[in-house]
Amino acid sequence: MLTFVRRRIVSSAVPLVVVILGVFCLARLTGDPAKLYLPLSATPQMREDFLARNGFDKPLIEQLWDYLEGLFTLDFGESLRTGQDAAGMALRAFPATLQLAGATMLLAIVGAVLIGSWAAYKPNSLADRLSGLLSMAAASMPDFWFAIMGVLVFAVTLGWLPTSGVVGGPEVWVLPLLTLLIRPFGVLVQVVRGAMVSALSAPYVKVARSKGASEPRVVFGHALRNAAPPVLTVAGDLTVGLVNGAVVVETIFGWPGIGKLMIDSILQRDFAVLQAAVLITAVTIFALNILVDLCHALLDSRVRQAVTA
Amino acid sequence: MSSPSSSNAPALEVDGLSVELRTRHGEVRAVDGVGFAVRSGETLALLGESGCGKSMTAQAIVGLLDPVASVTGGSVRLAGTDVLALDRAGRRKLAGPKLSIVFQDALTALNPVQTVGAQLAEPFRIHRKMSRKDALAKAAELMERVGIPDPKARLSAYPHQFSGGMRQRLLIAMAVALDPDVLLADEPTTALDVTVQAQIMELLRELRTERDMAVVLITHDLAVVAEHADHVAVMYAGRVVETGPVQDVFADPRHPYTRGLLASVPAKVGRGEELRSIKGGPPELHAIPAGCAFQARCPMVADVCRTDHPGLAETAPGRAAACHFATKEPAHV
Repeated sequence: MLTFVRRRIVSSAVPLVVVILGVFCLARLTGDPAKLYLPLSATPQMREDFLARNGFDKPLIEQLWDYLEGLFTLDFGESLRTGQDAAGMALRAFPATLQLAGATMLLAIVGAVLIGSWAAYKPNSLADRLSGLLSMAAASMPDFWFAIMGVLVFAVTLGWLPTSGVVGGPEVWVLPLLTLLIRPFGVLVQVVRGAMVSALSAPYVKVARSKGASEPRVVFGHALRNAAPPVLTVAGDLTVGLVNGAVVVETIFGWPGIGKLMIDSILQRDFAVLQAAVLITAVTIFALNILVDLCHALLDSRVRQAVTA
Repeated sequence: MSSPSSSNAPALEVDGLSVELRTRHGEVRAVDGVGFAVRSGETLALLGESGCGKSMTAQAIVGLLDPVASVTGGSVRLAGTDVLALDRAGRRKLAGPKLSIVFQDALTALNPVQTVGAQLAEPFRIHRKMSRKDALAKAAELMERVGIPDPKARLSAYPHQFSGGMRQRLLIAMAVALDPDVLLADEPTTALDVTVQAQIMELLRELRTERDMAVVLITHDLAVVAEHADHVAVMYAGRVVETGPVQDVFADPRHPYTRGLLASVPAKVGRGEELRSIKGGPPELHAIPAGCAFQARCPMVADVCRTDHPGLAETAPGRAAACHFATKEPAHV
């Protein structure tokens, strides 16, 4: 098992290098930071001083070298905007994103397993059709539209919930969570339903019933674990989407997470912070993928044998 | 004559059992008024070709029909109580300790992601509320009983780590875990090679004797019936067409279908001769003709067969056949 993890880490290294180089190049395509940070009336001398102070006067290849060197000590440089340590800013923003993503996936998976299993228990029943229709609608919902409508109805018109921000009680979580939840939930209900329909029609389910197993035991004890692999794969993929794709939701709701930090850094041409934020996200996504593979192995001894072989 | 003692009452009595299937041709009757009885310590073979309704009969008895099928009539009495009249919870209580079934394809019938120990322990956990540890000890005993080497170590193994024969042994162990009164075995040896098949049948026979179970053996294999069953019920197109003690039925079949089946056994054909078979195929369930279902393939067919459905009628004490000409000598086939 350890060799498996080690192998996966090594095989993640190549794409990680691509990310490291890619974010460096792309960040510099956003434009000249001097134009943004200096007044319109700035003299050429002020411009040169600004560039020299931030190391932007060096040839690109040298800047890249400095950046790569810094990586080994987790030193991404300082923020142009705030002068703070870039890595520190990214690390401080990340927990807010992870909390939101974690809570979302937990709710999505638990909800989808219950609703999807209920739908699969009697295929083509009213429950099945209803959940099929609703999950399809949820999976196709554009999150930015849902977020804006949510703000309009619950914050502006009804005044029940805050429009944005994280100051306050649990009510600040409601709209961001719902917005993030709706699509993964819809997708997962459909995946769970499909996997459970085939698991519940398997002969071992009949055998379990022939032993006098209760229906909850049959559904959750026997069928669900067999239905888990596709659900796990899709859930992993959706979590990746939440970790880096919370950009829209974090921007709309002013959620101080990594997505908002990335957008702000791009707008402010804050290269160091952008690089740190992207790298942290990338490493998390690689780790998530390895975790999903480990869960597969945990669920099924046949996978376990294949990966340890 | 049988004495009226309770030990002689049938352990399982099926009467007039009918099962209907919802298909694109509408409701079709897959099992039509099937009846038979088995006593403790005896084996009854339900014999017939694929699609004759024998497996569906078994699934109806244990209450595990697929959702497209439903029981539309008849009774299934276990030691006198009609299990079809019980609610689901009531049936669940019987599933395992009273009535049990061995399925045919042991690879798919075992849960691929659970250890065999957990699966074998499950009946004890469910019905006897045993602790995990005690139930696993019972599971190891069972594995030992059905001839799985090194049972304690293999409790934590998974189904795919066993051979086909061993998997079938596991399924049988699971079915007999709680000493059921009645054991149904639905083609328990179909997927196995001949030597393993013989071992499995021998194991079933031993268990039957040792635990005094009534066994219903569902099969299409005449040799298995001849060797391992006491009574036989031959099924055709969802109906029982002939019943009786195996020796008598095989020595002197009274239904032309039984006769055809027996004549098609290769061992009876001389070297170089063509193998015999029953011409044609069984009718589709949605197009079973009026009268006798076997009429299109029957060498003795007469006008009455096309209009009147022959009921199962006694031909000799303990024997019955559903043929208008059951007591007539056969025309030369």
